[in-house]
Amino acid sequence: MGSMIGWTRAEDGTAVAAASGRLTIDDVAGLVEQLAEVAPQPPGLVIDLAGVTAIDTAGAWAVNEAVQRWQQAGVDARIAGARADIDRLVAALCTPPPPIAVRPDHGRPVIARIARIGAAVLAQMESIAAFLAFLGQTLLVLGGTLIGRRRLRWHAMVHQAEAIGVNALGIIALLLFLVGLVVAQQGAVQLRQFGAEVFTVNLIGRATTRELGILLTAIMVAGRSGSAFAAQIGSMKLNQEVDALKTIGLDPIEVLVVPRVVACAMMLIGLAFFGSLWALIGGGLFAWAELAMPPAAYVGRLQEVIMMSDFVVGMIKAPVFGFIIALMGCFHGLQVTGNAESVGERTTRAVVEAIFVVIVFDAFFAVFFSQLGYN
Amino acid sequence: MTADRPPVSDARPLALQIRGLVTAFGDFVLHKGLDLDVPCGQVLGLVGGSGSGKSVLMRAIIGLQPVRAGTVQIMGHDGLDPDPAARRALRRQWGVMFQDGALFSGLTVAENIQVPMREFLHLPEPVMAALAATRLRQVGLPADAGAKYPSELSGGMRKRAGLARALALDPPLLFLDEPTAGLDPISAAAFDELIRLLADTLGLTLFLITHDLDTIISVCDRVAVLGEGRVLATGTVAELRAFDHPWVQQYFGGPRGRAAMGKPV
Repeated sequence: MGSMIGWTRAEDGTAVAAASGRLTIDDVAGLVEQLAEVAPQPPGLVIDLAGVTAIDTAGAWAVNEAVQRWQQAGVDARIAGARADIDRLVAALCTPPPPIAVRPDHGRPVIARIARIGAAVLAQMESIAAFLAFLGQTLLVLGGTLIGRRRLRWHAMVHQAEAIGVNALGIIALLLFLVGLVVAQQGAVQLRQFGAEVFTVNLIGRATTRELGILLTAIMVAGRSGSAFAAQIGSMKLNQEVDALKTIGLDPIEVLVVPRVVACAMMLIGLAFFGSLWALIGGGLFAWAELAMPPAAYVGRLQEVIMMSDFVVGMIKAPVFGFIIALMGCFHGLQVTGNAESVGERTTRAVVEAIFVVIVFDAFFAVFFSQLGYN
Repeated sequence: MTADRPPVSDARPLALQIRGLVTAFGDFVLHKGLDLDVPCGQVLGLVGGSGSGKSVLMRAIIGLQPVRAGTVQIMGHDGLDPDPAARRALRRQWGVMFQDGALFSGLTVAENIQVPMREFLHLPEPVMAALAATRLRQVGLPADAGAKYPSELSGGMRKRAGLARALALDPPLLFLDEPTAGLDPISAAAFDELIRLLADTLGLTLFLITHDLDTIISVCDRVAVLGEGRVLATGTVAELRAFDHPWVQQYFGGPRGRAAMGKPV
């Protein structure tokens, strides 16, 4: 694109900028440059728009900007020769808009950094307080449901149970089957050094029923369903569906949280049992193939080595983990505010915190049950 | 206001030409071979009952909704051309304002306005900031709204910010989905004036989906009525008032229609 502004001088010394062609946003950077070629000087400036074929807002802005620069320098400046429609647009933009900030002002960097750390600490404390409040509310509503004061939303609960439990069967079976296989294989390699390969069954039996089956199932459910809860409820929050529930007189805790929490806690019992079973199957397959232990003998050994307490400990932990996962998912979903980014952030936090708290509780249970003598 | 404008002649090139457009959702056919012409520089208002497919028509034209059959010509280009380069060139031709603004929530208002500029042009930052400021004022937003995030704005302000973004590149064709819905009457009237000014000065072609009878009367050159899967009628408000169709009669002859036209209710 060629020059759009031709600078000349009138008899009285007035600078004349004759614009021609299209003054549009495509060339606005060049236009601004060309209009700045001549510095403000008396007696004045005339921008001649007679040769302009098309102008848009950006072009009109650039022309006005030049006029204002000259006027601010105390020199007369005006626009001439414009077609009526062009004149109208330029006139509409003749008062310059106040300058704007493109991003919010955070002040000085060092102070801003310290302020952000402080704000993060405060936000974390508020988050803990909000979580405790949410936990209390949920327990109250759950209690109300148990004693029959509140309705349990059966339909929602069954729907959630299907999503959390039934739909996860395939992936959990595959995951735990492989874990059982790997544990058996690694255990056998180590125990072979002592000629104690046969104790591989003890390892698989006890480790999966008591720890691995439950923990890995919980982590899988946190990733699958905890994240889903946070994203679902978060989107509903953004869409004002949660507000709509409240105004209709429905308690979001009762309608959204309790069905998920109950379904998740119950489903995790089943999933953990199911997952442990598949881990045992995986281990059994390895024992059969590599240790030449037929399935009947494997099952017989399992009956000897797995204590009832192992199974019970595992099954006690499962609903607690399910409760934690659902609680984290729903809490972070309800904490969503503002924008889509917040949904993503809360979903991440729901999963990370759910897994973290599940592992902390698992450690707690391990100490607790061994103190009680269930080794 | 309508009278002092020169009559729109059909000799002008077409900004938008739709022929035999069919859109469907599964077995449900929404547009059954729809034809519509919009000459350059015309402000077309699209009206129709809820569910008549106004928004879907707009989405079909701008390529967000798959089309079963028919052709769409935008500024002489094939609007349904799947070629990426052609689509990119086409997108430069239009600006779209969605109903609730559809601003990018992770960016400030000023950054939202600058998104098309960054994508299509290489402008120095100060120029972009000044252009964003111009747009903000053009749509009647205060200067301090520039650094705010969409979640910090009211619904009406988000709408204006959405219009500012649609205008960012001064596209020749502007799609507005319910531009004045949710604005107070004073802002809505100012908005109507702004749309009219832009259409007149920039030679903009406007495709306006609206229910606001005041907007239709004060802004639109021509109104198209959508119904029964096609365009029932097009014409000026006066022509449509005389059009013999129950929905059209109810629309313009109802108490709101008469009030907007300054006739006794």
